[in-house]
Amino acid sequence: MKTDIILAGVGGQGILSIAATIGMAAINNNLHLKQAEIHGMSQRGGAVQSHFRVSSKPIASDLIPKGVCDIILSIEPMESLRYVDYLHSDGWIITNSTPFVNIADYPDLDVIIAKIKERKNTIIIDADSIAKDLGSAKSSNIVILGAASSHIDIPFEAFEEAIKQIFLRKGEAVVEANINALRAGRDFANKK
Amino acid sequence: MQKLLLLGAEAIAQGAIDGGMSGIYAYPGTPSTEITEYVQHYRLAQERKIHSQWSTNEKTAMEAGLGMSYAGKRAMVCMKHVGLNVAADAFINSAITGSNGGLLVTVADDPSMHSSQNEQDSRYYGKFAQIPILEPSSQQEAYDMAYLGFQLSEKFKVPILIRITTRLAHSRAGVERKPLLDQNSISLPGNPTQFVLLPSIARVQYKGLLNSFIGFIEDSEHSDFNHYYDGEDKSLGILACGLAYNYLMENFPDDQFKHPLLKIGQYPMPRTKVERLMSECKEVLVLEDGYPIIEEVLKGYLAKEHVHGRLDGTLPRDGELNPNIIAKALKLHSEDEVVTIDEEIKKIVKNRPPAMCVGCGHIDAYNALNEALIDYGHGRVFSDIGCYTLGALPPYNAINSCVDMGASITMAKGAADAGLIPAVAVIGDSTFTHSGITGLIDAVNEGSPITVMISDNFTTGMTGGQDSAALGKIEDICKGVGVDPDHIIVFTPVKKNHKVMVEVMKKELAYPGVSVIIPRRQCIQTTRNVALNERIRELNLR
Repeated sequence: MKTDIILAGVGGQGILSIAATIGMAAINNNLHLKQAEIHGMSQRGGAVQSHFRVSSKPIASDLIPKGVCDIILSIEPMESLRYVDYLHSDGWIITNSTPFVNIADYPDLDVIIAKIKERKNTIIIDADSIAKDLGSAKSSNIVILGAASSHIDIPFEAFEEAIKQIFLRKGEAVVEANINALRAGRDFANKK
Repeated sequence: MQKLLLLGAEAIAQGAIDGGMSGIYAYPGTPSTEITEYVQHYRLAQERKIHSQWSTNEKTAMEAGLGMSYAGKRAMVCMKHVGLNVAADAFINSAITGSNGGLLVTVADDPSMHSSQNEQDSRYYGKFAQIPILEPSSQQEAYDMAYLGFQLSEKFKVPILIRITTRLAHSRAGVERKPLLDQNSISLPGNPTQFVLLPSIARVQYKGLLNSFIGFIEDSEHSDFNHYYDGEDKSLGILACGLAYNYLMENFPDDQFKHPLLKIGQYPMPRTKVERLMSECKEVLVLEDGYPIIEEVLKGYLAKEHVHGRLDGTLPRDGELNPNIIAKALKLHSEDEVVTIDEEIKKIVKNRPPAMCVGCGHIDAYNALNEALIDYGHGRVFSDIGCYTLGALPPYNAINSCVDMGASITMAKGAADAGLIPAVAVIGDSTFTHSGITGLIDAVNEGSPITVMISDNFTTGMTGGQDSAALGKIEDICKGVGVDPDHIIVFTPVKKNHKVMVEVMKKELAYPGVSVIIPRRQCIQTTRNVALNERIRELNLR
């Protein structure tokens, strides 16, 4: 198996937690992975992305070449479009529908959503509302990971196990909230 | 043993710890910061009492590392590429003194300038100092090079430069550890004058360094980090340095690569391997994720050799490499296969540049400064390296320069010397102790009409909130170097103080000597840092 994912969002939205979760799940399944991320300057409310590659065979490049990416997993709708040229034609855009507006010229959300829907394979999920309904607004990033989970060739239980390991030091309640968020995201994607 | 999932930067740290390091010395700088932070947070490092406290700047770090090496122990010094400019005096001379305990200098370059003011290639510094350089292509190699680097340094009695780039520093992969080695015990250099660079001794030491060069090349010839892979298609040979090797291989899954390939991870270059590539292949493509250093050497000044790369336009002249760039250089895809960017999407997606955080104290300071300067007109604010550099962007448009650590104060002084009065410097607390104090002394000695705003947020903010060497010391430093205490003004940069701040600034801008204004408020990203909060309380800074 081989899945190339671009994680997209705005600094502070939690793409590194998603990366850590998939990474842990991949390592626990003895898969190869490379995950390139941006630190420093780009963290301050700017666009951030991470190239995440997981494979049963050794991986050469830390960067995903254009036109071969399988999934854009985005916590912000406009950000999901920023990296579309990396996606192959059957690739998935799996994105939050809630915009993060911190720039004056943020485009019309309907135009963004319409453009996303032009792609063959998309999941647009209101992760913020789902997370809020679960009583853990902070877990919207994990809701989106849940929605993407069936497209990553790693057993769902491995993601749950990874969340347990990663969030353990934050306490049982945080672990449970994130597992619920993961399941809610998966259920949303399955119902589609 | 299960592999560890580590950033390239963390792999360097883990390799150094396992390789018997006794101390790491560094000043934070993207993309090198995580090396030192890993050691600071790693329990085994604490148990082994490995020194890991931040240094005030890269020069002090380099010198402290050299001191530890003098005492016979293994030390690593880390910095970003431009930090090596600051440490250059100590670094270049450390090649002449040589090392005693293993000494590794890890420098993280930033091709494409993701968060830097240039993309200088530190391999030039290694060449300049005439010492061996290690350049990993993977996280595992990063670990191995740090681990084995100490032994290489002790074998040749010279410091070793490890050159990484942003992409490797900030990319995670599985890393397998080697057995944990003991630290060295204290042992003084066998030659008591080794570190005394009086001209008469330095001449001898330098000859020794020059004579070692043959040994460095010999070591490179047999190094596991340099590999010659033969290939049947000798119309083109490829020399790939560091990460460029991965980008090449990405284009040839399942061993489809048919050309001779020389993978380089240790310099100076392995001479016979290079000779073989050059003589067997009709043309050679050089892939370097940085400046075209090797390419230039192989091509020759008169460009008589058939060598391609960044200098002849086969690859872009600047910026980071990636698999697509190399595919294009090798003409692997026909034009219609090349991915085209949807023009409509380009129009929809807007830039989202980094910005100062909502509630940041720098914002209030800039708002006041902009208003206080209205009557003087634009173009007189010299700034520095830190979050406050983002004050150059709208809506603030508050600063007119950002060059190097500490340049704000000295450039303001020079501009004032030229008659641009008043001139203003904006510098952060950590940058001030890094390289601002000496410039302030220059200004005080001449009574320069400058206003220095030291925006104090108790931390090194841009790199993620590391300790600031300036904590609780700024007024004392300013007084100590001779700033008139009546012109050292502290206030809290918040909205409700706006009017007062503007008035104070106007008054100090009108003062024809050195003023220091200190807007002081904790970086909002550090409010949950328990240890820092404790220190702030102890020092009564709030």
